[in-house]
Amino acid sequence: MKVLSPQEIVDTFKKALGDDLIDAKIYQCEVAVKKNKFCSLWIEVKKSAFRNAVQHICRLQEYPHLAIISASDLGDNVELIYHFTIYYGRHLEELSVGLRVKLPKSDLRIPTITDLIPGALFTERETQEMMGVEVVGIPDKRRLFLPEDFPQGIYPWRTDEKGLPADMFRILPGREPK
Amino acid sequence: MTVGEKKRATYTIPVGPIHPALKEPVLLELSVDGEEIVDVDVLLGQVHRGIEWLGMNRNNPIQTIHLAERICGICNICHPFAFVMAVEHAAGITPPARAEYIRTIIAEMERIHSHLLWAGVAAHEIGFDTIFYLAWRVREDIMDLIEYVTGNRVTKAMFQIGGVRRDITEQQFPRIRQSLDYYKGIFDHLRKIFLEDKTIQMRTKNVGILKKEGALKLLTVGPTARASGVAKDVRQDQPYAAYADLDIKAMTPDILTGAVIGDTYDRIIVRLLEIKQSIEIIEQCLEKMPPGPILAQPKTAVLIKSLTKAEGEGVGRAEAPRGEVIHYVRLESGRETLSTWKVRAPTYVNLMCVPTILKGGQIADVPIAFASLDPCQSCTNRLVITDRVTGKKSVMSYEELRRLSVEKTKRLQQ
Repeated sequence: MKVLSPQEIVDTFKKALGDDLIDAKIYQCEVAVKKNKFCSLWIEVKKSAFRNAVQHICRLQEYPHLAIISASDLGDNVELIYHFTIYYGRHLEELSVGLRVKLPKSDLRIPTITDLIPGALFTERETQEMMGVEVVGIPDKRRLFLPEDFPQGIYPWRTDEKGLPADMFRILPGREPK
Repeated sequence: MTVGEKKRATYTIPVGPIHPALKEPVLLELSVDGEEIVDVDVLLGQVHRGIEWLGMNRNNPIQTIHLAERICGICNICHPFAFVMAVEHAAGITPPARAEYIRTIIAEMERIHSHLLWAGVAAHEIGFDTIFYLAWRVREDIMDLIEYVTGNRVTKAMFQIGGVRRDITEQQFPRIRQSLDYYKGIFDHLRKIFLEDKTIQMRTKNVGILKKEGALKLLTVGPTARASGVAKDVRQDQPYAAYADLDIKAMTPDILTGAVIGDTYDRIIVRLLEIKQSIEIIEQCLEKMPPGPILAQPKTAVLIKSLTKAEGEGVGRAEAPRGEVIHYVRLESGRETLSTWKVRAPTYVNLMCVPTILKGGQIADVPIAFASLDPCQSCTNRLVITDRVTGKKSVMSYEELRRLSVEKTKRLQQ
């Protein structure tokens, strides 16, 4: 397996996805005394090309490591970032790749990637119950952390009307949410 | 199933949420056929505390450092470590080099104490309590050292965005070296006890096997992955802090035995090797530590103001004793709290391989095989706003519970 530089990886994404690649950013900083580079890559793709992008990452690295899916409620959209790491197991060569995809609130659905990466199951289940994003084709639809009798249609990570209602948490005196 | 073929009846045994073999609440549902485990289901959510929600709704980033410390009682260095790195990347703050070294030293101290703690627990799980007492007795020395350096045994409160809050001075070096020498002195003794003892070998060899491919597919991290031959270690792969200046190699069992099996015994080997590695790292850090300030911005009020103005996102990754911890942080300009905070603790992904390592094994092997992952439930469970009353399948609010409690007191008073 050939290790590509971050810029080369961006180029392969451009080639593989074409217009479906919305944005690609390389973040770099220097660490400690020797000033070795700390590098991460942020890729944004259209929702329709999401599975293609994951397949492309699987081509770059056999068994890419999916650390977690982070989800942010941006008002009209829900943004999911799939935090991958590739080229692990080598000194100084690992690269974090954040694969970003925005879903409109009217159509909160994303295809599952558990067929490509079986270990993605827990984080897909968590995203489903906490953010209300439907993962299409997920092999295990149950909740992960929330209890079974937690009300349906309430998603703790949302900031809109589907988020936590005020009567579900207790505010201690002098501890109003900011 | 074809006609006439009978499926063998299995029996389901729940282990947990509270069980003598588990140190923290988790529910394992074992389907057994006789003594053999056929299937395993892991049910989570027993210790959710809503920590991420608090970071996004109540706390400012500096308060959140101390909240991150309380995610886990054992890994209370690596969580704030990953968190401050994420915020530093998001806000574009570079910590001074001396702070990077101090961070590394205390993170390695944490690894030594955590691995020794695990060694004791593992011995306890197989009923070998003499070793449990020994391991925890030996661990006291590193706990004393941690208290000497940071002022606390458990929550150390060392981290600040853009540096650390306390310095490690030249005067403290002899005491630190004294502890390191103590561990170097007893290391061979520990190795002999854990690797050559017959009882431990009988209970751990070929128990809870996880093959390399399984570890890669199920995204396993930390010593569990390394024991399966995946040489994955953030300190080696994408070094942060002072690890970037040192030449660190991921520890795999073949370094000692020449072969990788991926069983519980291999996980003991990896952790023992890592204790030795941590001692070496601390020694190198003490030697190479550069002089200079320990904070990029010493004034907290100024720091909070600049973080409120900052806009951006960052990922912090740190190698905890159990594996990779990753924090994702998004800062929004004009917002006092974090806009998004996502925490991924190593046990979160390591639990996915529990069915694989337990299947085909015996019920009596569950405690040691499960404990060999060094699972940490508090790290994994973080977000719930209801209290689940075990046994009864109902959700009760704190008020309700309190009301019941008050009623009972009144009843008893009558």
